[in-house]
Amino acid sequence: MTDHAITSVKVNDVSLNFGSVEVLKQLNIDVHQGEFLVLLGPSGCGKSTLLNCIAGLLDVSSGQIFINNKNVTWDEPKDRGIGMVFQSYALYPQMSVEGNLSFGLKNARLPKEEIQKRVARAAEILQIEPLLARKPMALSGGQRQRVAIGRALVRDVDVFLFDEPLSNLDAKLRSDLRVEIKRLHQRLKNTMIYVTHDQIEAMTLADRIAIMKEGIIQQLDTPHAIYNKPVNLFVAGFIGSPSMNFLEGELTNGAVDVGGTSVSVGRYGFEPGNENWSGRAVLGVRPEHVIVLNGVDTQPFSFDATIEIVEPMGADTIAWTTLGGHSFTFRADSELNLEEGQKIRLGFDPARASLFDAVSGERI
Amino acid sequence: MTDTALDIRASAGSQARAEALTGPNGPKPRPIISPRNIMIYGTLFVVSVYYLLPLYVMIMTSVKGMPEIRMGNIFSPPLEITFQPWVKAWAEACTGLNCEGLSRGFWNSVRITIPSVIVSIAIASVNGYALANWRFKGANIFFTILIFGAFVPYQVMLYPIVILLREAGLYGSLTGLVIVHTIFGMPILTLLFRNYFSSLPEELFKAARVDGAGFWGIYFKIMLPMSLPIFVVAMILQITGIWNDFLFGVVYTRPENYPMTVQLNNIVNSVQGVKEYNVNMAATVLTGLVPLIVYFVSGKLFVRGIAAGAVKG
Repeated sequence: MTDHAITSVKVNDVSLNFGSVEVLKQLNIDVHQGEFLVLLGPSGCGKSTLLNCIAGLLDVSSGQIFINNKNVTWDEPKDRGIGMVFQSYALYPQMSVEGNLSFGLKNARLPKEEIQKRVARAAEILQIEPLLARKPMALSGGQRQRVAIGRALVRDVDVFLFDEPLSNLDAKLRSDLRVEIKRLHQRLKNTMIYVTHDQIEAMTLADRIAIMKEGIIQQLDTPHAIYNKPVNLFVAGFIGSPSMNFLEGELTNGAVDVGGTSVSVGRYGFEPGNENWSGRAVLGVRPEHVIVLNGVDTQPFSFDATIEIVEPMGADTIAWTTLGGHSFTFRADSELNLEEGQKIRLGFDPARASLFDAVSGERI
Repeated sequence: MTDTALDIRASAGSQARAEALTGPNGPKPRPIISPRNIMIYGTLFVVSVYYLLPLYVMIMTSVKGMPEIRMGNIFSPPLEITFQPWVKAWAEACTGLNCEGLSRGFWNSVRITIPSVIVSIAIASVNGYALANWRFKGANIFFTILIFGAFVPYQVMLYPIVILLREAGLYGSLTGLVIVHTIFGMPILTLLFRNYFSSLPEELFKAARVDGAGFWGIYFKIMLPMSLPIFVVAMILQITGIWNDFLFGVVYTRPENYPMTVQLNNIVNSVQGVKEYNVNMAATVLTGLVPLIVYFVSGKLFVRGIAAGAVKG
């Protein structure tokens, strides 16, 4: 954690308004040196806008941005020490791959040998040497995105900004390039800020994830913490596929009454100070934390259920049932061969679940 | 017994299958002579005739001698082809005291059109680029005023511009006319370029900024190479518009600087002597030749550019 102590990018109280619309509301983020930070959220949450502000492509309405401890709030994008990769690749169509890679360096008036050296190095890292003479039109989507990454790479900067770089690729290429970006990060150890709406990308790549909604960061934490301890209903519902089961009921004396079924949450790890909380609450249970019981009740809470819908996914099966009047999904081994109408016994451990205030949506 | 029954059933089954396979197959045949085709091609034919007939009459008349024209059969092809009227229209026809034909007007028009087209497109493309990509303060107000300019009738501004040119000492000169054409081309051209540049992906512009290119760097190295179609459209609009202009030419220039259109008018409307229809027709075709050639040469690019620069937002 020692090398994480150095702040690479600092967003300080940044707000952005378009007319009367507040797109970003007093955001604060510290990105550590060498960290991979993912900005995740539904479309329109302001994540790309924030990235554009960091890049200097948009002026902030108030607040400051620091990169490498230098206040760059008023600096031009080229002077901020960033490289950026765009969703649509944004390759200059009339230039060859080599021209695309060297364009920024020529603008910076670097000597010819230096430009050649950097282009060669980037091409070697990304394995695009055979493509250098080609025009972007003659490249496939994956190759184009590699060139786009190369264009950020040659700039020899400390901070990489990715604006949904994989969203235009098909599923197979996306997972290939995802691994490649991770490998690149391990090799270069640059700070990377990565915008996406794909939670798989976020979970697999990030050191930390910032989940945004309506211009506000809901939670900024490691993927593990975000998955296991979401701070509110929005984060809980946004992360995880299929999404978390929400069972609303009255929480009294360490038990939630869900439509007549009492679920004891005695072993649940309450947030400090909330141990004696009572009132309307939402119990969140991840479908993958539900276990199909085979005669023996191994789980702290168990109940009988009738399967209504089965969705076989290959590796496993998503099944739909009800608990206390609420729709309830769970993930089961596909070997179980679940069928619609089948009666089974399910169980889960409330200690692994999440509890939220039904009114404010905050974690209890 | 049972065997034959089975056979019959089997053969009936295969028959049904054979029938299913022999049904409609591949593209549906469409008769060449159908009501739909007759309507389409009939309409196209009538419209073509409607537009081509005057052109036909013009060209036929222009290669006839005067005696033949006096016989009055304007649709009949010439009995004896002569190119004398063309020579006369180009080099000998008289307007007032000067008998150099249309050639002088042609060269005047060239000297007016080329600088006007270049200057107006150069300025308008930068305007459009700035409006589309660099949203500066007051951009919307600037744009609204510019568009408003496109709807003000020219006639309203004729006299004020005469005074302005006179004060600037440019009245009657070709330079003055070039300035007028440049200004009047500005609203529509700026709109055209702004819409085209807005349609280019914004991320390209952002990438260029991250790469350290400035206002002019992005314009010349990124935007210009991608904008051939819209430049062709702008050129066609301007060349035909300025070449065909009569009003500004007659108001803002002196007789020795008259563009071709004004001179054509003077030849055709001269009241002395016999009306030489063949010379008039030849002169008219000559005057219209430049825009016509421009359209034919750049037709494909024109359509592409018009689609790309379609007016929106």
